[in-house]
Amino acid sequence: MSCKLAVDTFIQQVVSGLATGSIYAALALALVMIYEATDVVNFAQGEMAMFATYICWAMLSAGVPYWGAFCGTLVIAFAGGLLIERVVIRPVENAPILTIVIITIGLLEIFNSLAGWIFSYVQKPFPSPFPKEPVRFGEIVLGSHDLGQIGVTLAVLACIFVFFRFTPLGLAMRAAAQNPVSSRLVGIRVGWMLALGWGLAAMFGAVAGMMIAPIVFLEPNMMGGIQIYAFAAATLGGFTSPVGAVVGGLIVGVVENLVGTYVSFIGTELKLTVALAMIIIVLLVKPSGLFGRAVVRRV
Amino acid sequence: MARRGAPVVALVAVAIACALPFLLSNFRLFQFTQVYIYAIALLGLNLLTGYNGQISLGHGAFYAIGAYAAAIMMDQWGVPYGWTIPAAGLICFAAGFLFGLPALRLEGLYLALATFSLALATPQILKYFEHWTGGSQGIVLAKPSAPFGLPLNPDQWLYFLALVVLLAALWLAANLLRGRVGRAIVALRDNPIAARAMGVNSALYKSLTFGVSAAYTGIAGALSAVAIAYVAPDSFNIFLSIALLIGIVVGGLASIAGAIYGAFFLHFVPNWAQDISKAAPWAIFGVSLILFMYFMPYGIAGAVHRIAQRLQRPQSTGDGREPPPSVRTIA
Amino acid sequence: MTAKRRLIALPLAIGLIAAAPALAQTPGVTSNEIKVGNINPYSGPASAYGTIGKSIGAYFKMVNDQGGINGRKINYITYDDGYSPPRAVEMARRLVEQDQVALIFQSLGTPSNSAIHKYMNQSKVPQLFVATGASKWNDPKNFPWTMGWQPSYQTEGRVYAAYVLQSVKDAKIGILFQNDDYGKDYLKGFEDGLGDRAKQLIVMRQSYEVTDPTVDSQIVNLKNSGANVFFNITTPKFAVQAIKKSHDIGWQPLHFLNNVSTSLGAVMIPAGTAASKGLITALYQKEVTDPQWANDKAFQDWMAWMRKYYPEGKLDDQFNAYGYSVAMTLVHVLKACGNDLSRENIMRQAASIKDLELPMLLPGIKINTSPTDFAPIEQAKLARFDGERWVLFGELLASANR
Repeated sequence: MSCKLAVDTFIQQVVSGLATGSIYAALALALVMIYEATDVVNFAQGEMAMFATYICWAMLSAGVPYWGAFCGTLVIAFAGGLLIERVVIRPVENAPILTIVIITIGLLEIFNSLAGWIFSYVQKPFPSPFPKEPVRFGEIVLGSHDLGQIGVTLAVLACIFVFFRFTPLGLAMRAAAQNPVSSRLVGIRVGWMLALGWGLAAMFGAVAGMMIAPIVFLEPNMMGGIQIYAFAAATLGGFTSPVGAVVGGLIVGVVENLVGTYVSFIGTELKLTVALAMIIIVLLVKPSGLFGRAVVRRV
Repeated sequence: MARRGAPVVALVAVAIACALPFLLSNFRLFQFTQVYIYAIALLGLNLLTGYNGQISLGHGAFYAIGAYAAAIMMDQWGVPYGWTIPAAGLICFAAGFLFGLPALRLEGLYLALATFSLALATPQILKYFEHWTGGSQGIVLAKPSAPFGLPLNPDQWLYFLALVVLLAALWLAANLLRGRVGRAIVALRDNPIAARAMGVNSALYKSLTFGVSAAYTGIAGALSAVAIAYVAPDSFNIFLSIALLIGIVVGGLASIAGAIYGAFFLHFVPNWAQDISKAAPWAIFGVSLILFMYFMPYGIAGAVHRIAQRLQRPQSTGDGREPPPSVRTIA
Repeated sequence: MTAKRRLIALPLAIGLIAAAPALAQTPGVTSNEIKVGNINPYSGPASAYGTIGKSIGAYFKMVNDQGGINGRKINYITYDDGYSPPRAVEMARRLVEQDQVALIFQSLGTPSNSAIHKYMNQSKVPQLFVATGASKWNDPKNFPWTMGWQPSYQTEGRVYAAYVLQSVKDAKIGILFQNDDYGKDYLKGFEDGLGDRAKQLIVMRQSYEVTDPTVDSQIVNLKNSGANVFFNITTPKFAVQAIKKSHDIGWQPLHFLNNVSTSLGAVMIPAGTAASKGLITALYQKEVTDPQWANDKAFQDWMAWMRKYYPEGKLDDQFNAYGYSVAMTLVHVLKACGNDLSRENIMRQAASIKDLELPMLLPGIKINTSPTDFAPIEQAKLARFDGERWVLFGELLASANR
């Protein structure tokens, strides 16, 4: 391979990796959102996002224009997330981790089967709001949807960042998650903060789903392949850092592509294992991730 | 856990179990064999998650290792199936112990995350080592027939094999949990700091528990390879790990009998649910998980225990019996 | 018992005893019904294929409404195996030992069929017209009770290889394949078809996993390998990605698309008709989203059947035409059995199909089987996508049996 070709290939792989990585980042943001707000890893996040995307699809099929359906889905997802927290999670709010993990796994299965039951398992194409023609930077080509997706992900990141850092509501939510007892003492309605957290996370999950579906096609198992990468992204970046989730996602995407291209004995056949290895290594070496807060346990 | 009358109930159950091969059709026996195999796997997972509090969402991986270990030994080295089962147990013990070491540093949620990812990656890993595992084609095995010319057909023989291994597993588990070891394991779940302060070697016990738990599940996997006579990566995906979790929750966390109830639930509910709707089985599983956590956190075993207590109350010595230490607060 | 009752009871008993061996020889068959068993993945990762099982049921319903087969109705019993081999084994045993079906028809998926392969042959129960393209089902010597139906993936691969050898000078071939037995079967057929020139002509192979979100990275690598021929072995959603990405990065090889992903509705239109122009595939069925069949009587019959008997099925899902055709094949075989519906005779009739043409297969394709040829459909025709539809070209290609 000529030198220019080699460089071009490398850059193209990195760029493709960033595009795929933004898919992971989108779902990882929703995971981080829930963790920041409620201290829980929601194993059902991917399935909830998928289900929200189906709701959007149903609206589109009924003739609602794209942006109307998009916004409608956000509202429904928000309400749905809120409701789930109040109805399903609230009874076990103070329960040990195992209970909550079990319940989120239960939610995972319920959403997955409901989607299959109601909408059938046939793969459906899902429209993208971005133009079809790709964008070219010299020799490097990037799909418009990929570019749009990166943009949307960054926009969501900006929203979350500003929300948590600079708004009183965001501060209240973080306080409620980290120290519910003290928060109640200062008058924060902890219960509703948690519900809000779930609602927002569900909403961002819906955005992720609607961005991902045009690429991977809408089907009940669509998030199956993406979940592990989203977990890897959130772990790498730190479950407590939205910026970390995005950086983590982009890193995972690029690393997968580069390893797949240049490390032939792993190639493309062990991508999931690479993600698994990343998760385990990060958890062992620096569990709080690149950007996360370290948690100190007081005895 | 010495409830009065429990040994009698157990003996009667075993007697019935031994009589079944001469009463039921081969197909039913095949189903019961699968139930017993599940029960062994559930015992393993319960040991780790129910009694020791380490959440594993990836036990399907150990089931797969056990199954493939047995299959490869039988297929490539011609090892008689009888030896592959304990061998699989040993291999999985090592694998579990090794996994348990780094797992020591992972608390609750992070361990769940790591094991969940392990489960997701397992089928791909199995396919990668194609030379050993046969890749996505899997390995076809021969179904064994009864040895020493016993007058049993293959299904009856496999049934007894699974039953014997299950009884051994139950007995071992009960003994393990009854003594000091059991108390240490449970103490590590309920109050790890206090346990360590009392001198319990947390690292050793937790890793050993992981190993034993993996060994149980691996033995179940090996048995299933023998009984089904086929292994393929598709049999060992994330749904298997989730199913095992469902089994211990429904059967009863931190309960030995729970493994059996859970196994029956896991095997027969999809059979029945199919008639309602094809998507129904997993929806039912999901709903069961949530409802059991709310209303029956001790699972079916807990409910049975409560009923048994109520029946025995008239004869009780009024010593304010409380649930046995192993069936402690989960929720 | 009164004397009168004894008089009736005795001949009745003798009749039953006499009939019993006959009944035992034709399990699943009574004077007014034939039990046909089926295993399909209605749940789990392969549930998109579940519509095949449903469409088959819908076809049998129509046959029953029209009087059944030689006076007998089809009792269709279908179970879900969730694409899990252990469950497939259990469902097969349930069908054979509990439900006592006459045969198991169109069990789906290579892993599930591999799991029950030995059992079916040991129990001497027909495992007929299995729903997979793997070539191992055509082995009458070792597995006389198992038969495939669709053209095997290897056959199709060989067809493309032959075309390349014939028509492309200085071919440099790049291959993208799904890393499982479906993908590898196609790959093997293609490489076998190239013979000893395979090493020299194939410049790059790239695989992907079903769990991967995209194949963009692989397409980039393939383009940069300098390949001018591209064999695209992908399932629909990845086919769309592959076609789109190749077009976007300006890679325009001679592009062969495998038969599994030829649906206009699912692949060609989402990928973009401009990007899909020039693609070549081998077809054996009439593509249900292809406008060229709109006025074809057979196609209209199929649509009418879908509307009446399977209204919840999708009209743009090729699987529903597949199910229709394969069910038709079984009905043909059962009709040919006449009154002898023993398992042996069912297999015998299945192995003696002569020149059967089905309305939803391409005109000219004939189904043929014999005691040494357990591959019913072995013909296909090449077709090129012109931006609107698949235009058939060239001869009807038949592949020699292994």
